[in-house]
Amino acid sequence: MPQPRRLVEGNEAVAEGAIAAGARFFAGYPITPSTEIAEVLSRRLPQVGGHFVQMEDEIASIGAVIGASLAGAKALTATSGPGFSLMQESIGYASMAQVPCVIVDVMRGGPSTGLPTEPSQGDVMQARWGTHGEHSIIALVPSSVAECFSLTVEAFNLSEAYRTPVILLSDATIGHMREAVALPTRDELRVAERGEPDVEPDDYDDVMSTVDNIMPRPALGSRYAVHVTGLVYDRSRGGVPSTGTPSVAEGLGLYLREKIYHHRDAIARVEELEMEDAEVAIFAYGSVARSARAAMKWARRQGVKVGLVRPITLWPFPMAAVDHMAEQVRTIIVPEMNLKQMSWEVQAAVGGRAKVVDHGRIDGKLIRPEEIQNLIRREFYYHHFEETA
Amino acid sequence: MSALVDEELLEHAPHDTSLPRVAPHRTGEITQHLRTPKTLWCPGCSNGIVTRALIDAVLALELDPDRTCVIAGIGCAGRITAYLNWSTVHTAHGRALALATGAKSADPGLNVIVVMGDGDCVAIGGNHLIHAARRNIDVTAIVFNNSIYGMTGGQMSPTTFEGDLSTTSVYGNVEQAFDICELARAAGATYVARGTSYNYLRLAQLIAGGIAHKGFSFVEAMVACPTYYGRQNGVADPAEMLKVQKARAVPVDEFDHDGPRLRDRYPVGVLHHAERREYTAAYADVVRRAQAESRG
Repeated sequence: MPQPRRLVEGNEAVAEGAIAAGARFFAGYPITPSTEIAEVLSRRLPQVGGHFVQMEDEIASIGAVIGASLAGAKALTATSGPGFSLMQESIGYASMAQVPCVIVDVMRGGPSTGLPTEPSQGDVMQARWGTHGEHSIIALVPSSVAECFSLTVEAFNLSEAYRTPVILLSDATIGHMREAVALPTRDELRVAERGEPDVEPDDYDDVMSTVDNIMPRPALGSRYAVHVTGLVYDRSRGGVPSTGTPSVAEGLGLYLREKIYHHRDAIARVEELEMEDAEVAIFAYGSVARSARAAMKWARRQGVKVGLVRPITLWPFPMAAVDHMAEQVRTIIVPEMNLKQMSWEVQAAVGGRAKVVDHGRIDGKLIRPEEIQNLIRREFYYHHFEETA
Repeated sequence: MSALVDEELLEHAPHDTSLPRVAPHRTGEITQHLRTPKTLWCPGCSNGIVTRALIDAVLALELDPDRTCVIAGIGCAGRITAYLNWSTVHTAHGRALALATGAKSADPGLNVIVVMGDGDCVAIGGNHLIHAARRNIDVTAIVFNNSIYGMTGGQMSPTTFEGDLSTTSVYGNVEQAFDICELARAAGATYVARGTSYNYLRLAQLIAGGIAHKGFSFVEAMVACPTYYGRQNGVADPAEMLKVQKARAVPVDEFDHDGPRLRDRYPVGVLHHAERREYTAAYADVVRRAQAESRG
């Protein structure tokens, strides 16, 4: 039976989603606008036998999360821009060492201390490329309170399935917004469990994992004497460091990339609205997608064919959906609370097949529907609009 | 690794009855706990001695190797993770104690041993050291203190003595060296010990005492780095460097705490031992209270 509808804050929904996903460990450091996630989990985790710890900084927080995950717990941390920057090295470690974990970044204006209480989407490229070196990553972007819950569950499922860090890119607006939702109960959800590899300790070698069959790593303190390292390692020899053999380094790097890229069409989730006959598409994510939806509805009322493509998965980039959109529409409007970060990515994917119009804001204010409506009017300059924008 | 474990030396090792008794194990027993007999440590490096002392301590305490994990940072000492045949984690530089805090909290029954170098522990990882000590989490931290950054080729570290030479203090180090045992004690560690790689069996005993202690235990193992510390500072012979350790090490009950420290002499043995509520035990109480309240 679903829980009754009630007013839930976005950050609270993330915390409840984590509990529902089976997360039993949180380590974090207070930072606006993510702090409520820590506050809620400090109360909720011990109730379900889990563990909450407030660490000395964000570097320690992601470190503790990785340690807890290696010991067998589903684990997460939550932060905002400055903390997300501090975590980058260990996000790379989790990627290299294939440690499932979830990092929630409630985006605020930056760089540096920036605009602590105002929303931004300035971290979308940092989520993709923030840590050094070639790596792949999964990042999800909620645009409602209900999605703060469901995408947190999804983030854990993906992190377990692909043994990778997954980033949930919320923002100050989504995190602090309250909506009436009925949060699903555990039995209404698909929750991935970690399990043990299907081989005896002496036979365990991670090389038996393939991009189509990623075995779980046994927990520390199990019968398997695992070795975990951030160095390049040889999957065929118990994961021991191997830095002198180029083919081992290349093989590992390609495996780490392909285990996610090979599945990107399965991972990538996109919501498409009114796209069947659209001549112009809006590509918008997170809180901006809410304004984009309002602008799209306004346009439809005015009799012009505008659709919305809302990536729920930002990374890996939803290439198939963008490709399809590029074949169909003449213009793609990309409003975002940064200066062209995803717009460049869309432009590269579109490759000249459609015009890409960017619209950025970095003043800490949400993009209003009217701003997008004005961009739509320009694309339909020959049309008589009854309502002003 | 076996050269220093001769019977003569063992007979000279003082036995502290307040600590677990550690008898040296045969080399064959020791190597069963290694993945490989080969290491990248230089000839004359003391890291192998401390590794053996650690294995001896774990065997003496009869810890279940399956339930024992070693978490280490980056640097020469951190490479121990590739050699020990237990669950081992080679973390990012400085972050071993952060990962250990997560692992121990998620599985309080796990025996968690942390190995760090001096730069790893008190430079880049210093913040984690003081907070792990403050929390009194039941983890045993062993610092292989060679007073230099060995892996990167001999740069000064926070434990390089004033005046000493390194590739980044070519005119002599002007900074004061950390007394990391004092730091750990002040931050709240409930077991603090210092030993030398010269006095191998005593070191093994101090490590065993740390592992047996319930709470944050901190063991500083003085190790010699002939290649990068010795050669730059006029004592490149490994045996001579061990003798320097012997000359400087003063049993803590004979140590004059008002006199000069560190460069000339330092106290060895159990420097601090206190009982204080351990972190994961305290948190288990939180879980019990939270569950009782949410049921009630």
